[in-house]
Amino acid sequence: MKELLLANDAVARGLYEAGVKVVSSYPGTPSTEITQAAARYKEIDTEWAPNEKVALEVASGAAIAGARAFSAMKHVGLNVAADPLFTMSYIGVNGGLVIAVADDPAMHSSQNEQDSRYYAKAAKIMMLEPSDSQEAKDFTVKAFSLSEQFDSPILLRLTTRVSHSQSITTLKDPQEIVLKDYKKNPSKNVMMPAMARVRHEIVEERIKKQEEWSYASDLNKMVIKDEKVGFISSGIAFQYAQEALPNASYLKLGVVYPLSKKHLLDFASKVEKIYVIEELEPIIETACKALGISVIGKDKLPVTGEYSVDLLRKNLLGMDSFNYLEDFDYSTVPVRPPVMCVGCPHRGLFYALKRLNLTVTGDIGCYTLAALEPLSAMDTSICMGAGVSALHGFNKARGNAAMKKTVGVIGDSTFVHSGITGLINIVYNKGVGTVIVLDNSITGMTGHQNNPLNGLDLFGNPAKQVDLEMLAKSIGIERISVIDPFDIKETMRVIKEEVEQDEPSLIIARRPCALLKTVKYTGKVFVDREKCTKCKVCMRIGCPAISFKNGQIEIDESQCNGCGLCINVCAFGALVKKEEGQ
Amino acid sequence: MIKSIVIAGVGGQGTLLASRLIGKAALAMDYDVKISEVHGMAQRGGSVITYVRYGDESIKSPIIPLGEADILIAFEQLEALRWTKYLKKGGLLLSSSQRIDPMPVITGKMEYPEGIGPLLCQTAENMCFIGAYDLAVKAGSPKMVNTVLIGRAARFLDIDKDIWLEVVKTTVPKAFIDMNLNAFEAGYNF
Repeated sequence: MKELLLANDAVARGLYEAGVKVVSSYPGTPSTEITQAAARYKEIDTEWAPNEKVALEVASGAAIAGARAFSAMKHVGLNVAADPLFTMSYIGVNGGLVIAVADDPAMHSSQNEQDSRYYAKAAKIMMLEPSDSQEAKDFTVKAFSLSEQFDSPILLRLTTRVSHSQSITTLKDPQEIVLKDYKKNPSKNVMMPAMARVRHEIVEERIKKQEEWSYASDLNKMVIKDEKVGFISSGIAFQYAQEALPNASYLKLGVVYPLSKKHLLDFASKVEKIYVIEELEPIIETACKALGISVIGKDKLPVTGEYSVDLLRKNLLGMDSFNYLEDFDYSTVPVRPPVMCVGCPHRGLFYALKRLNLTVTGDIGCYTLAALEPLSAMDTSICMGAGVSALHGFNKARGNAAMKKTVGVIGDSTFVHSGITGLINIVYNKGVGTVIVLDNSITGMTGHQNNPLNGLDLFGNPAKQVDLEMLAKSIGIERISVIDPFDIKETMRVIKEEVEQDEPSLIIARRPCALLKTVKYTGKVFVDREKCTKCKVCMRIGCPAISFKNGQIEIDESQCNGCGLCINVCAFGALVKKEEGQ
Repeated sequence: MIKSIVIAGVGGQGTLLASRLIGKAALAMDYDVKISEVHGMAQRGGSVITYVRYGDESIKSPIIPLGEADILIAFEQLEALRWTKYLKKGGLLLSSSQRIDPMPVITGKMEYPEGIGPLLCQTAENMCFIGAYDLAVKAGSPKMVNTVLIGRAARFLDIDKDIWLEVVKTTVPKAFIDMNLNAFEAGYNF
């Protein structure tokens, strides 16, 4: 049967066809849909873990126990999961273990554009890279048999444009996979120095065998057309290259680590001029050059951003594309950066932080948008968890006076992901700092995943809910307050009081995400022209529905959801809510 | 034959559903199909662009090269202007007359360019400006803008009307089928 599938959904289908039993992941764009789609197969035991390290450890345990297991994450998630990754390379598997990692060239939804292929190289784990949905599914299924054949985890590398593209995929029936026997084997499964030394030798041998296998496999494809020009490529870049250089010979690599040196040499012996077309880092190019193969790569093509057919045509062939408005100055077109949604609970909190003129160590989530105008109320955003731990360092560096002007903010899901340890660190090391948990009852940015703080599991069924107040108390925080971020006055009062304290404090800003089905705001807000003084304070909350047009405040009825935050910031009572029919 | 359709709009306007409707309809016609979507941060009110390509030959890149789109469907005027560079010579620009101010305009940092409609009419030979928002409200909900635009675009695509109607019925939530069919007809008969 043929279906039009997102590559992420195709990976999930591959899990089903490969008889995978356990999936544990943490959401992260562009990898999230894999796990969501896997959850639709009742044969697969699927869960959201609190972070990627936990997820990969769960999958590792399941693989050692004899089941086929899987974990998906975004590129920066693999940083978090790097610890189990490196050692699982030594331990190997019992049931197959596959880790999908989705890179984000051009950073559509990420804080950096690291190239995960380096992880394959560093951890000595074979890595496959598909170019479309069919391959995403086929490579997933293949990865499990390879994992068991070579007694090694396998990495499946995706990028945004593969993960989030749909193409036609042929579905197959699932394989009958039985749980493998589990036998106690400490020399393989307990990585202490004496055992690990032996295992490392095995890993080195394994990589050589995998390279040999790769040369004989059909995952790498060589097609000789024009003997004068050819390209070596993988992943989505292969699609762009085929379109930009339709007559060129090519070597398409499905195995991107270990690189098949024989394939590279074969191709070089058949084609005169070779382009290496790979997004991000020059990994294939470096391998070619080490073999003495002369190739054109990063001298013509960028290390940064993503590639396209246009980019290849322009940089390699000097071709320009057609444009009706050739002479038009596109810089006059206002940019449209993402903004917090109408009704977003974060808007109230960051408006208060801005009013209090505080320095804010921030974190990763929808609320990172608070760094943009007009709120401009976030000073730092490094990685998940740093909103809490960087606050401690910031305060250490700048001392007592600065502490009273600084807070850390972190979302609910992010707090469970990696904020808890930072908070323990503040308390344990006698730090003074105010941490605000933005509890909107959901993992928002990645499209609404449940987490241990909202008391629902992946399927939306009730789960044990972490009691944030009790958790904070148990680690030694004595000052804990809960606020409604839409109550601006009270929010400001509490924050002001807490930053003055000479002990750590936790503020929980609690209001659910406006996009949740359970949240129902009604009516629309209108401007009472007689009362409006045009002071524009309501515009400072950065609501996309409020603007100043033709000399007056306008509320775009098509956008307003009646959340009423603007009413709370207007000192003149000029904003009035009318329910439908009123 | 390969048809390339760029769909541009503002995050939250339903461009994703629009691209999926075209994709499904093309699949029903037995064409090869590729769609590229945008998920994540850009969906939060940002400028969003999705791509659909289908044809009776194998589609390689899911992303449409600049200057090669047969149709640019814009959900908003400014987005029409921003992404004109995708339109091929003789391609069709189908734009909703809706205007949504981006944050730099709201904060007064930049101005919303006036006269986008006339500017586009002067350049693209094939231009269709449509009051999709009003038609959507008439069909039952402002959320139907995407289906109105797809209805209009259907006139220019090599896919039978019956297939479109079937795809709409099987893709949208049950409670909204009638509303979406109304919206499709409103666009189709515009």
